[in-house]
Amino acid sequence: MNWNRTLTVARTDLKQLIQARDFWGPMVVLGALFFVILPTILLTMITQIGTVGSLNQISETLEVLPADVQEQVQGSSPEGRTGYALAVFLFAPVAVIVPLTISTAVGAATIVGEREKGTGEFLANSPADVKEIYVGKLIASLLPGYMTTAIGFGMYSVVVNLTVGPEVGGWFFPTAQWWVMILWVLPPFLAICLSLVLRLSAKVQSTAAAQQASGLISLPLIMLAYGQATGVLLGAGWVPLVLGAVAWGVALLSLQRGVRSVTRSRLLGVAGGI
Amino acid sequence: MEPELTVDVQNVTRRFGDITALSELDLAIPKGAITCLLGPNGAGKTTAIRMITGALGPDVGTSRVFGMDPAGPDGEEVRRRCGVVSAKPSLYDRLNGWDNLRYAAELYGIGRGDAADKRIREAAAVFAIETSLDHKVGGYSTGMKTRLALARSILHDPDLLLLDEPTSGLDPESALAVLELIRGMTSDGQTVLMCTHLLLEAEGLADEIVVMQAGTSLKAGRPKDLTKDYWPTQQVKISSTLPEGLDALAGHEQVIAYEREGDSAIVDMDSHDSIPALVAALSARNVPISGVIPLSPSLEDLYFAIRREHGSVEGELAPPGGSSGRPVRIDMASAPSSAAA
Repeated sequence: MNWNRTLTVARTDLKQLIQARDFWGPMVVLGALFFVILPTILLTMITQIGTVGSLNQISETLEVLPADVQEQVQGSSPEGRTGYALAVFLFAPVAVIVPLTISTAVGAATIVGEREKGTGEFLANSPADVKEIYVGKLIASLLPGYMTTAIGFGMYSVVVNLTVGPEVGGWFFPTAQWWVMILWVLPPFLAICLSLVLRLSAKVQSTAAAQQASGLISLPLIMLAYGQATGVLLGAGWVPLVLGAVAWGVALLSLQRGVRSVTRSRLLGVAGGI
Repeated sequence: MEPELTVDVQNVTRRFGDITALSELDLAIPKGAITCLLGPNGAGKTTAIRMITGALGPDVGTSRVFGMDPAGPDGEEVRRRCGVVSAKPSLYDRLNGWDNLRYAAELYGIGRGDAADKRIREAAAVFAIETSLDHKVGGYSTGMKTRLALARSILHDPDLLLLDEPTSGLDPESALAVLELIRGMTSDGQTVLMCTHLLLEAEGLADEIVVMQAGTSLKAGRPKDLTKDYWPTQQVKISSTLPEGLDALAGHEQVIAYEREGDSAIVDMDSHDSIPALVAALSARNVPISGVIPLSPSLEDLYFAIRREHGSVEGELAPPGGSSGRPVRIDMASAPSSAAA
């Protein structure tokens, strides 16, 4: 495999994405909403102007978290404990939802988009190997989502630490489990979803169809987000590590199988190749 | 001696589901020549090009390009030596001209940097598009897009140029420039395969023609040789203010057939070289001559003659110069169509 060509494919796709303000404009808004605006408003309300009644209600709700997770909740005041629990266990799943939304949106259009725009003909007739095209497009789909998460996660950390930090004795986020989640668990899950989305993108007739179908594929990540929210993945230290290892294995297999879905006839969009 | 072949396609069949795009196609494209694939929409011309680059493999048959199998492990090398202009320009509208050409430069192994940019500038200059390279391609006119696609196809100095309707959307000046460039390329030893249904465009440009219909080759060869097959004799139209005087030609030793209509006569002979002798014979008899028009079959005449022979179009064989001389009625509605691309 020629990595220069692979990175060229990725770079060109990313260049086009940067030029598409109509695409990344809403994505920036989405990221800002989930990582900055909503957490700021909700955490400020809870820690600064929360009423005793509503805080007690939220605290009771937090009792559904596993016992070992509840032990991790820091803070001595109800405001602090509630804010901490919300920041770590309940709001943080956006770190999964946002990259998922962005990467699937990019990935779903990537191969069928070449076909729809007629540029698939150029790629199909070029010396680039289909494996190089597949991996290049995978990188171009993965990076925007993951970069948004990295930047958004940084901003979310600042928001959380500024709003909840004073209530729990200083800056506390990201927690150790969150580093594991972001660096070890999230990437393979994202890769699994993207390998499936790219396979879809190669096989369907239109971008719209790819985007519809990719909604189903994102279920594994939704489950991951659910696991996070209920504290299962952030509870015992070994759970995310094992889950991440399994996910990496599945991701590698899925990526390997995904390569076969990209063929020159599919880039051309000829009937027999679909 | 057989010419060296750049492309040698033998008995290739390619189906897409129920549709047969290519059916037992044979193609022999000589090195350093311009070969025009002629045929109606759906004849399989585009599929043939895709087969040559290896973008599609054959279901049956063999395909060799530069002596290699384009659908096999050597496909990358074959595609690296081909320059392709597809029927649609196949450009990235959101990128500017530079980025489109740089993308091709990197995929085709030219690389990046000043040397690549210099090559890009040169290729763009050939098609007078260099001043527009900074603009987004989405804002280009159809003609500019075609020129950019052409510049992209020659960027890596390909040995084989595959052009699918290359002048589609171009103004007459640009179209002429493209055709001149194509002619120029073969003088440098490159091979050109051009698909077109514009017969006037292929006229005078094609060293070889291949007439395709429903995925197969009806006839292939040099236009001059094929013309000889269909019109073994050559004709001249001679006009006179004293038409009866022209009848003297009927018994001339170099005349094969003679027919007078109105003030003109159509004379068949072995070669147009006989015309001076005929004119001299008329002059010797003091027959005033008001016009001498050698009639040569155009490529259009030849094309329809070939298709008519295979039942693709109806009508009688046109006389030489039929399209420019006598009108020939051709019932195009009876021409079969194919679903192939």
